[in-house]
Amino acid sequence: MTIFAFFLWSSAKVAVITVMMLMGIAYTVLLERKLVGRIQNRWGPSRVGPFGLLQPLVDGAKSFLKEDLIPTAVYRPLYLVAPIISLGCALIAIAVIPFGAPGMGPHGFDLFEISNINVGLLVILGITSIGVYGIALAGWSSNNKYSLLGSLRSSAQLISYELALGLSLVGVVLHAGSLNLRVIVEQQATLGAATWNIAGGGQILAFFIYLMAAFAETNRSPFDLPEAESELTGGYHTEYSSMKFAMFFMAEYGNMINVGCVATLLFLGGWTSPLGDLMPPFQSTVLSALLPLFWFVLKVFLFLCLYVWVRGTLPRFRYDQLMNFGWRYLLPLAILNIVGTSLWLAWR
Amino acid sequence: MHLILFFLFAGFCLAGAINLLLQTHPINSALSLIVVMTSLAVLYLLLGAEFLAIAQIIVYSGAVMVLFTFVVMLLNAGREERTLGSRAASRIGFPAVVALFAILATILLHVQGLGAAHLGEGLSNAPGQSNLELLSQVLFHELLLPFEVTSVLILIAILGAVALAHVEGSKIPESERVAQK
Amino acid sequence: MSFLQHDVPLSWYLLLSAILFSLGVVGFLVKRNLITVFMSIELMLNAVNLSFVTFAYQWHEVRGQIFVFFVMMVAAAEAAVGLAIIIAVFRARSTLAVDRIDLMKL
Repeated sequence: MTIFAFFLWSSAKVAVITVMMLMGIAYTVLLERKLVGRIQNRWGPSRVGPFGLLQPLVDGAKSFLKEDLIPTAVYRPLYLVAPIISLGCALIAIAVIPFGAPGMGPHGFDLFEISNINVGLLVILGITSIGVYGIALAGWSSNNKYSLLGSLRSSAQLISYELALGLSLVGVVLHAGSLNLRVIVEQQATLGAATWNIAGGGQILAFFIYLMAAFAETNRSPFDLPEAESELTGGYHTEYSSMKFAMFFMAEYGNMINVGCVATLLFLGGWTSPLGDLMPPFQSTVLSALLPLFWFVLKVFLFLCLYVWVRGTLPRFRYDQLMNFGWRYLLPLAILNIVGTSLWLAWR
Repeated sequence: MHLILFFLFAGFCLAGAINLLLQTHPINSALSLIVVMTSLAVLYLLLGAEFLAIAQIIVYSGAVMVLFTFVVMLLNAGREERTLGSRAASRIGFPAVVALFAILATILLHVQGLGAAHLGEGLSNAPGQSNLELLSQVLFHELLLPFEVTSVLILIAILGAVALAHVEGSKIPESERVAQK
Repeated sequence: MSFLQHDVPLSWYLLLSAILFSLGVVGFLVKRNLITVFMSIELMLNAVNLSFVTFAYQWHEVRGQIFVFFVMMVAAAEAAVGLAIIIAVFRARSTLAVDRIDLMKL
């Protein structure tokens, strides 16, 4: 493959995946509104298009067309940069996530992953840790006490739970012996659902720690204290409106999708089917390319439904409860999980 | 490709470092330092040190600099003031720094046998052996004791930070929570 | 398309590291805010790290990278303690200008 063809294929891949990600974000919003509506015994959006399916497009157009207000007291450069950092970090993380079988393109080109690197998991954690800046700077530059309180809360929450999140993944990494996401998935695929890390891998405790930490990490209910409307009016994005607010909104849902992808890859067997290698490979290339994609999307979709379900049913925590939970329960449990996993691996 | 990437990110590094000096508000300086550190991570990647590149992003850009921005926000430190001392420092400092740079550059450029960096080449040219494995083998076999001692050092640093910034009868400020990273 | 295959001499990396180190020294001398002075120290540490990685690449020696790893860990500890000291100083004197923090007693 010449360098020119490689460049062409890669840019096409990046463009397609970015558009898919943006569509995914738009329809995750719709999924949430529909599901929460059903949980609360109402219909949710149903007027625009069949079943309200065109609602995200209308919402997007609305945020674009609204007047772009910049309050006079804000610190302008950071105020403008903060939503870009937030959305950028949410969109970049998809670059290292493999969502289909390896190869598949011409000359063994990886069609279903932007870049396959051997520290993929760490890249995702690194990008998440950069994402803190978007929220911290938004709150500080807004020059508003609600914004500042919301952003301080949010940054402290993100940083505290990042620790539990990172430690909960160590068990999986020990198990696979690699930080490459493809290796981690392929190591789980041997016996299908029985060898997924959540079941046969014995990482069910790690999965629950990851789940809790991920809810906090994406600022989602029941840990959505940074934007607790009843006390902070809107948290770090109080002063934001129109497209800039929409960028924060999209970043939140983008992070949800990223977290769902990571959970799928690390605990739920990634793109492999629940039967794993037990099922004979298909003869048709199209089917063997599309079926992994289907499994991956299905798993991420179920994870997102879980997110919405929790949001629709649980009330919000208090801030000190949140911090206590993170530091006193999740962190020791995560360390316990690491010790247990390494003892088990050494025993075997 | 290597040349383009090197010039791009070396340019970002230098621009960030110069901006750090020119800005008067600490938060702008902190942000330009983040640009420097992230570009340095890309340069590490070009030199085949992918683990260090990511560690640089997680530890420096993600933890240390968050701590800095937090402290700037917490203390709400305003613009820097020009004082008598800064004029004296710039008068003596700049010639001294130029001399220091000249010495450093001469020494570094006199290192014998410096080669050129190829893209996609790491520490060992053996296929299938990643930089991460090499690093962890040395770190956890030969240098296990220093590694453990460093973790004790970090623990002491956390305790020291809590003891220093803790005020009797008040809640622990946010910065210690960050410090525990 | 010959520029795509062009290699970068390692001396350029070393030169970049020297420039960054010097800029760090300039910042340390010229800046008058305690936090920015501290940031200049971090810049110098980073510059040294770059030359460590470059030399590790040149001599195919993993210990150069290990050194960077330790520098990072110590820098993290140093930042935690240093910023705690800065907070304590600010509490006691409510200023961060280095020229005004020149007395041992309050």
